[in-house]
Amino acid sequence: MHGVADLSAALSAPVREVAGGPLLEVRDLTVEFLTRRGIVTAVEKVNLTLAKGETLGIVGESGSGKSVTSYTVMRILDRAGRIAEGSITFSGLDVAHAPESAMRDLRGREMSMIFQNPRAALNPIRKVGHQIADVLLQHVQADRSNVKAKVIEILEQVRIARPQERYHAYPFELSGGMCQRIVIALALACRPQLMIADEPTTGLDVTTQKAVMDLVTELTRARGMSTILITHDLGLAAAYCDTVMVMEKGKVVETAPAERIFRDPQHPYTKKLMRATPRPGITLKDLLPEDEPGSAAAPLPAPSAEPLTPSPSPARGAGSAPSAAAAVTEPLLKVENLLKEYPRQGAPSGLIARLKGKAVPEEDAIFRAVDGISFEIRRGESVGLVGESGCGKSTTSSMVMRLLDPTAGKITFAGEDISAIPARDFAGHPMRRRIQMVFQDPTESLNPRYTAARAIADPLIRMGKVGGGAKLREEVEQLARMAGLPLNLLDRFPHQLSGGQKARIGIARAIALRPDLVILDEPTAALDVSVQAVVLNLLDELKHTLGMSYLFVSHDLHVVGLLCDRVIVMRQGRIVEEGGAQEILESPKAAYTRELISAIPHPPV
Amino acid sequence: MLKLIASRLATAVPSLIGVVIVTFMLTRVLPGDAAAYFAGPAATPQAIAEIRAKLGLDQPLPVQFADYVTALAKGDLGTSLSTGQPVAQEIASRLPASAELTLCGLILALAIAVPFGIMAAVRQGSWVDHACRLITTAGVSLPVFFTGLLLVYVFYFKLGWAPAPLGRLDVFFSAPPTITGFYLIDSLLTGEFETFRAALAQLAVPSITLAIFALAPIARMTRASMLAVLSSEFVRTARAAGLTDYTVILTYAFRNAMLPVITTLGMVFSFLLGANVLVEKVFAWPGIGSYAVEALITSDYAPVQGFVLAMAVLYVALNLIIDITYGIIDPRARSEA
Repeated sequence: MHGVADLSAALSAPVREVAGGPLLEVRDLTVEFLTRRGIVTAVEKVNLTLAKGETLGIVGESGSGKSVTSYTVMRILDRAGRIAEGSITFSGLDVAHAPESAMRDLRGREMSMIFQNPRAALNPIRKVGHQIADVLLQHVQADRSNVKAKVIEILEQVRIARPQERYHAYPFELSGGMCQRIVIALALACRPQLMIADEPTTGLDVTTQKAVMDLVTELTRARGMSTILITHDLGLAAAYCDTVMVMEKGKVVETAPAERIFRDPQHPYTKKLMRATPRPGITLKDLLPEDEPGSAAAPLPAPSAEPLTPSPSPARGAGSAPSAAAAVTEPLLKVENLLKEYPRQGAPSGLIARLKGKAVPEEDAIFRAVDGISFEIRRGESVGLVGESGCGKSTTSSMVMRLLDPTAGKITFAGEDISAIPARDFAGHPMRRRIQMVFQDPTESLNPRYTAARAIADPLIRMGKVGGGAKLREEVEQLARMAGLPLNLLDRFPHQLSGGQKARIGIARAIALRPDLVILDEPTAALDVSVQAVVLNLLDELKHTLGMSYLFVSHDLHVVGLLCDRVIVMRQGRIVEEGGAQEILESPKAAYTRELISAIPHPPV
Repeated sequence: MLKLIASRLATAVPSLIGVVIVTFMLTRVLPGDAAAYFAGPAATPQAIAEIRAKLGLDQPLPVQFADYVTALAKGDLGTSLSTGQPVAQEIASRLPASAELTLCGLILALAIAVPFGIMAAVRQGSWVDHACRLITTAGVSLPVFFTGLLLVYVFYFKLGWAPAPLGRLDVFFSAPPTITGFYLIDSLLTGEFETFRAALAQLAVPSITLAIFALAPIARMTRASMLAVLSSEFVRTARAAGLTDYTVILTYAFRNAMLPVITTLGMVFSFLLGANVLVEKVFAWPGIGSYAVEALITSDYAPVQGFVLAMAVLYVALNLIIDITYGIIDPRARSEA
């Protein structure tokens, strides 16, 4: 797989080539950060070796030190961080002690980086062409007279359509995938020997992810470049890396060839990560570590406890065959010919801007975000709404939640037509109690000035009959127990809690009023896989205990398949395919569904 | 861009109408009877009533308002009772004096505060940062009349570097012919370099006084907004691409950091324009602020109305300029318009 070494890159490289030696060698690297609470060790005694043309994956969850390691290699740590110990050797150069000017020459020309969140990684007020030109001019790869031609050539290499035009585009005019191509162009402009990709596809759709990763692989292989891929996604690492290094809490726990690490993981943490990764042919319980089977939540209060009994829903078995039980009952939610249109021009909505990036005909004055869809959710049933960004899944859930008014169509909930109630009045409507929502970002969806207890109590105070004081506190504590949130955390503020704990608050808040339907809008997208595994299991348990129905909005078919009975696949505002979760995952009928499934990378097991 | 200017101007019209109504009402409800003031302390009630009728103050408010608006439409801002001069003419001669002083102060403040703020942000925690904090705190803590008097004491009385703080020009010079009303510009345009030097000498100390005051918000805003931008992801990308500090700080960070600074600048300018009354008093500057205060004390309606209206128009113009500047710097603002 070592590509043909690029002659021009090799000739222009000022760094000594060490015959036969690795391109990058990190020995006993320890990185410390100076914080208010003293010195924090972010990375401890990390060793890694990267040969020329090799692709190394660094896998770990947030806080594992994988990003810090790579920033240290490029010496772009912020001022609080410093190398406490160890050495970094890049092509024979001692990175830890090299002068800043030498490092600056190295960055961009010999080693470069692509980042998570491509839109934020680009200067918002500078034309993308100029941003690439800046790099070329900096490293004397072009002069003023030919820089534009060179930039356009690079844009063509990263498969940007109409590069002449895009040269003059600003980042906000491009879609996320397109911005990532620009960032890649920026990183590859000077043909470096090493590219570090820091979660390059997090936040992108699976099909875009595949396109971007394939492009990176193709370009780096053609140039014989070495790559470090930093990711939390084991599947991605497996699909694109030669060697995988697993990190946990600043330490390397395991390094092995990609195939071996997945077939035969040695370290318990690697095994735990492997288990937590959603993949075909498993159940929710399989996601949890072997040694703690069963309950994801703290022990639930006895189902016989008075306030726990779900009032409107029928009693059901412990949920091994929910579809069978649900089939006999009438639909809880019925959506008929739902339509949402937006004017194309001059609409100040951020949603439009997001949707506009997609391939929809530009000439229409009206843009249909949701184009006449119909579906049903029965009592106790979980329905997954899957699709890529801009497919209209969030618009649909917002309309069901009655946050948005539909242009046309009917939403019937528990026999009542709720689409007739204007969105603005629905907040005070008695039906509002029965539909609740769990939001995508556990941090952003909590009021930073409310304690956990206050956040959970919010719906009770606004819509519940609970008086106050001790009674309210008791109710909140019970909800926290159900959501698996330790009671001693109830008086903390969101910034003092972890992502998983905040997700539990969001869930406790959503179930506070014992709703019939909970809309889950990508509730685990911002969480680490091991936390996601726990939260998914919690949601499943709560559903069975409380007899709720879920509308699970997600871009991840595997996650949806684990939690849902039925799946609806959406594309460009329309339903492409609908059916049982297993059936869709195993034998998808629509070509688009097949494309979605095949785009998901998974570990070779 | 033209569309943006037109739409911004259109939104300014209602606020101008509002200003006209409010200033009219405000001057009518303020305590003090203009007629009584002008009749003098020994006047008989009959004499006061006569003056009141002459001024039209005996008319019902709507009629007074209609008269005021009609006159306004003809460009007539009324006549000052205390000086007997038409208000429009007084404002036309005094506004450039205030504007020249304010602009000089602001440019001086910008020239010091922006590089200072950038340095403080780039070398966060260094001596520059501490000096920045100290100077900005001192700048806002000291009232302008105090710094003004202090500077006069040091530079005029003790050192003798500055000329006497008596207006825009030394008595031995005559004002340059009025082209823009700004002495510095007019004297340069007509080639009277001696007058230019004299005007500049007069302007220096009051400008510094204002600049010290205006320094603080600009420097702090520059520092804060630079810090935010410097820790942003695109600056990290630029660094990872090996761009020099110079390019990263000026082309990437500063242009983005400028947006909030410009907003602050607009506020500081309009604030200074009204608030430099004290500086004008200390330096006997024939500006619009001192004119308005004197008129207010004597319940002289017309100049107060004229002053507020002039300020409002200026403020609208200023905001328009800021919006356009925003549009030039930030392509996103352009597309939203």
